[in-house]
Amino acid sequence: MLTSESLKRIDREIAKYPADQKQSAVMAALAIAQEQQGWLSSEAIECVAGYLGMAPVAAYEVATFYNMYDLQPVGKYKVSVCTNLPCMLTGGVDAGEYLKNKLGIGYNETTPDGLITLKEGECMGACGDAPVMIVNNRRMCSWMNPEQIDQLLAELK
Amino acid sequence: MAILGAINPMLSLDLDGDNAWRLADYVKRGGYTALRRILEEKQTQEFVINEVKKSVLRGRGGAGFPTGLKWSFMPRSFPGDKYVVCNSDEGEPGTFKDRDILRYNPHAVIEGMAIAAFAMGASRGYNYIHGEVWDIYERFEEALDEARAAGFLGSNLLGSGFDFELFAHHGYGAYICGEETALLESIEGKKGQPRFKPPFPASFGLYGKPTTINNTETFASIPYIINLGGETYLDAGKANNGGTKLFSISGHVNRPGNYEIPLGTPFATLLDMAGGIRGGRQLKACIPGGSSSPVVPATAMMECTMDYDSISKAGSMLGSGAVIVMDETTCMVKALERLSFFYYEESCGQCTPCREGTNWLYRVVHRIETGRGRADDLDLLSSVTTNIMGRTICALGDAASMPVQSFIKHFHDEFAYHIEHKKCLVPVEVQRAGSGFFTATA
Ligand SMILES: Cc1cc2nc3c(=O)[nH]c(=O)nc-3n(C[C@H](O)[C@H](O)[C@H](O)COP(=O)(O)O)c2cc1C
Ligand code: SF4
Ligand code: FES
Repeated sequence: MLTSESLKRIDREIAKYPADQKQSAVMAALAIAQEQQGWLSSEAIECVAGYLGMAPVAAYEVATFYNMYDLQPVGKYKVSVCTNLPCMLTGGVDAGEYLKNKLGIGYNETTPDGLITLKEGECMGACGDAPVMIVNNRRMCSWMNPEQIDQLLAELK
Repeated sequence: MAILGAINPMLSLDLDGDNAWRLADYVKRGGYTALRRILEEKQTQEFVINEVKKSVLRGRGGAGFPTGLKWSFMPRSFPGDKYVVCNSDEGEPGTFKDRDILRYNPHAVIEGMAIAAFAMGASRGYNYIHGEVWDIYERFEEALDEARAAGFLGSNLLGSGFDFELFAHHGYGAYICGEETALLESIEGKKGQPRFKPPFPASFGLYGKPTTINNTETFASIPYIINLGGETYLDAGKANNGGTKLFSISGHVNRPGNYEIPLGTPFATLLDMAGGIRGGRQLKACIPGGSSSPVVPATAMMECTMDYDSISKAGSMLGSGAVIVMDETTCMVKALERLSFFYYEESCGQCTPCREGTNWLYRVVHRIETGRGRADDLDLLSSVTTNIMGRTICALGDAASMPVQSFIKHFHDEFAYHIEHKKCLVPVEVQRAGSGFFTATA
């Protein structure tokens, strides 16, 4: 089920580790599978395990341990807002509330049109730029005041 | 601009311009001369380790352990695989300095790691980068390509016969992977659960081989130490606290961001550099070394200098150098509630005192915050912390307990008020105004 493009990327990750330590590439491989599919299905996890020659249960353990893997389908865009203390002091929690109101959903919910899933995140290592949020684990958005958030939402189509 | 302000900077000197991170710019500002000198002049491993010892560089990741001493624990003449690993997992709330080092000066980290590898006889390294900063990871991969192409990484570095391969590994959202043995487990492709120590990584590390783990900023400081000489580097800071350090300032200041200052600089100077408290309000308290370090009330904080010893005298820790500034609009119960939630969420669950204890801490602080606190809750919290501390595999248990103990110690009345009156001493509207979210303009 992994495309040849995904497999090529996984091969590049495997090459970073000693020849007998393919399992080290599992985090990257799961991330690549998630990117291809939008989320991580059991099928995808088993496929990654098979490719790396590890027991499926070992790959499951990794997929469930790290927060950025989505084991359930999420909206086209997953928006994670940091509400940890440093961000909270300068509007992280307020930004989360603002988003909830705008989207009419709570944390860990998806808008009815399947467009946006909202998540509450932990420190993203960007506390000086609060409020901060990340779209689809990749795109970091900084200094998100109400106006900026409106702009972001208008852009996510 | 990368770093918002500096006094006698090293790491953040001359980082203007979009290409400052590139190899060509790094070389222009003297980059890779330290590595070149060591290899071309055929310096010994002992020479390098001695310079680092003389610099009194203390680990920038949190514990402040002397780096030179740590390096001397590695069985460096022992044949077989050895590893150096860089900890760029940076998940400690309040900390965002490693991100900027990697964004604006990644080659300093690469050069520092190559020098470390030479000094400890390691031939492979990994840099473990925080999952949420994808652009930084991509840039680091590009910097690695540049360094390989220029012969600063790979086999037979600069014709010296010394080989060093370095790769980037990205995390995927688990604070506990910042703990060094959890980080090693994670690179091995497992759940990031800390290991029992001993054995220490210097004897049993990555893939069971001798390994040294240092923070990003620690490695990035190495080229400067070799170029300046250990003693000059030490003098740039203060006795027992060598060099300059990056401080990440967040919270209620006018200019949150990173600042590089000599260790020993007064906190008041740093606060001024960050533009002072927002809206002309008063400082209430400060968490000086990342969320795991004890909170320090305003008066005591204003008397501190920013170095390991002064902050420790004030009852806290310099930690990662993440200064979380809280002004008078802050509700200390709410602040602690959010931190306790974090540790509860991020406990890896291996040790019962930590798994159960962090859950208790959060539930009790949460019920105080939501007006359901009981008269004996503060005693309960304190007994839970004593049951956690010193009884766990890794320091996360202590990290969860210290904020609770220090918040209650210094702001006891505020907690008692919450329990008695079922609401906060600081009105909710005041707290909301303090965040500035609804009044912010682009
Ligand atoms: C829960 C926990 C989280 C940690 N997170 C980090 C981190 O994000 N970055 C870091 O450099 N060190 C972190 N540390 C400290 C590391 O275990 C280790 O001491 C450090 O990386 C050593 O590098 P240094 O000596 O250069 O400071 C953490 C420790 C604990 C217990
Ligand atoms: S102290 Fe907590 S985080 Fe550390 S190993 Fe034990 S359960 Fe895991
Ligand atoms: S606390 Fe939000 S990014 Fe660090």
